[in-house]
Amino acid sequence: MPVTETARGPVWQLRTPRARLLMWLGWFAVVALTVWCWQVMTKDTIWAFVADAPSQAADIGARAFPPRWSYAEKLWLPLWDTINIATLGTMLGVAIATPVAFMAARNTTPSAMFARPAALFIIVASRSINSLIWALLLVSILGPGLLAGIIAIALRSIGFVGKLLYEAIEETDATQIEAIEATGASGAQLLTYGYWPQIAPAFWGISVFRWDINIRESAVLGLVGAGGLGLQLQASLNVLAWPQVTMILIVILGTVVFSEWVSARVRHAII
Amino acid sequence: MLTVDALTKTYKTGDKALRAVGFTVPKGQVVGLIGPSGAGKSTLIRCINRLVEPTEGRVLLNDLDVTALPAAGLRRARRRIGMIFQEYALVERLTVMENVLSGRLGYVGFWRSFLRRFPETDIENAFRLLDRVGLMSHADKRADALSGGQRQRVGIARALAQDPELLLIDEPTASLDPKTSRQIMRLIVEICAERGLPAIINIHDVLLAQQFTQRIIGLRAGEVVFDGDPAALDENVLTRIYGEEDWTAMRRAAEEDDAAERDAAERMAGMV
Repeated sequence: MPVTETARGPVWQLRTPRARLLMWLGWFAVVALTVWCWQVMTKDTIWAFVADAPSQAADIGARAFPPRWSYAEKLWLPLWDTINIATLGTMLGVAIATPVAFMAARNTTPSAMFARPAALFIIVASRSINSLIWALLLVSILGPGLLAGIIAIALRSIGFVGKLLYEAIEETDATQIEAIEATGASGAQLLTYGYWPQIAPAFWGISVFRWDINIRESAVLGLVGAGGLGLQLQASLNVLAWPQVTMILIVILGTVVFSEWVSARVRHAII
Repeated sequence: MLTVDALTKTYKTGDKALRAVGFTVPKGQVVGLIGPSGAGKSTLIRCINRLVEPTEGRVLLNDLDVTALPAAGLRRARRRIGMIFQEYALVERLTVMENVLSGRLGYVGFWRSFLRRFPETDIENAFRLLDRVGLMSHADKRADALSGGQRQRVGIARALAQDPELLLIDEPTASLDPKTSRQIMRLIVEICAERGLPAIINIHDVLLAQQFTQRIIGLRAGEVVFDGDPAALDENVLTRIYGEEDWTAMRRAAEEDDAAERDAAERMAGMV
């Protein structure tokens, strides 16, 4: 207890002596761990390669410049594919995530015993697997192409959107819900009049934010054969065509900047 | 007419919020429900429309046993019971009109309400109600753009849109200033008189209750300890409800407040 009784009256300190000792030991452990990790990390490093690194980087840099501007012509279609993968994947993911979020939220779940754990499991499973891994699995199941990419993006989005959305549902104001319930509204009306207006800004904000992330993710999905810019990236890397790689990176950068701008505008408009 | 018969609520924690509460409210009567915090006032009015499920006892609304209804029947009964809340409980991001029309949710189907295609008569009636509470020009504003008093008027219009047979009113003035509180109480009492509506008003302010209601029920620790005329509410009764306190000092302080308020109003009027 931080308050100790002394002869001169109670004395207050933030932490007890015991807590102070534990704090000190904790910091000591962090420092010791850092030192030990540094040793493990440097043990297998070949220092000649590290010393060599600046010239290696300069070499690749020199070969990558100038970018091959004419290659852009071949990128517009894959870029269109990439945007489609991200957009359709996000829409599919959000469509699945919304009912899952309502099942996962404590205040709307139909059953805290079964539906809620099931929904939480779906969310955790989706979040724990990267979309590149999802794509890898789906390409071997569905064959290469856009469909595998769309579904991979959707599967990864369910967890992200579901988790943020169910937190938004749990934060809704209960008295507004109670008021709608008191009018004799049905369960579906309670969702559309009580909950939906309260979570709508979060819903659109989360969806656009996830779309923005998905643009970036779908740009690399082609590395495992799931369509889009990544296919071109892989092809160029395989033949060591560095100027083309630079061109692809420029296109990805431009697309990401554009999607950032769109998502910022949309979020600004709804709040 | 509302009859509450031996209503008891025991929470899961074992707390007895209500102990065999019983009373009858005839048509058109406005009842003030007073008592200290935690006496069970909120629980009592929520047990009447079963937002809180009572443990024992019955609630009869015009001979309909509300406590015995299954889910669908309960929804039909709830639409005849208007409720007004302390923090207004409007859906903040919907417009004033949508909030008033939400009082009709029990009467229209899901798709009609989802697409906001309410019947013509409902919309006409909503305009009439907005006119009645003095918010005709605010129909298209979002609820969160209104002041406290205006929001509470929307809350009243929403409850009336239900075409209720009973009003349950939970601390209607607790978030309002003294002047707005009196205006809101006056509006509620007038409307109940116009429509012959019985109402139960759960209220902290004893003087406000005495001024505006026709009957007072005093609740203490879940039991009715007073039920009678507001004029009969003397120091002894208040002590029975709330415990020992200097009640004459409270009244004197309230009178001083009123005088100061009048004084300020006169000064303001003089400045204009």
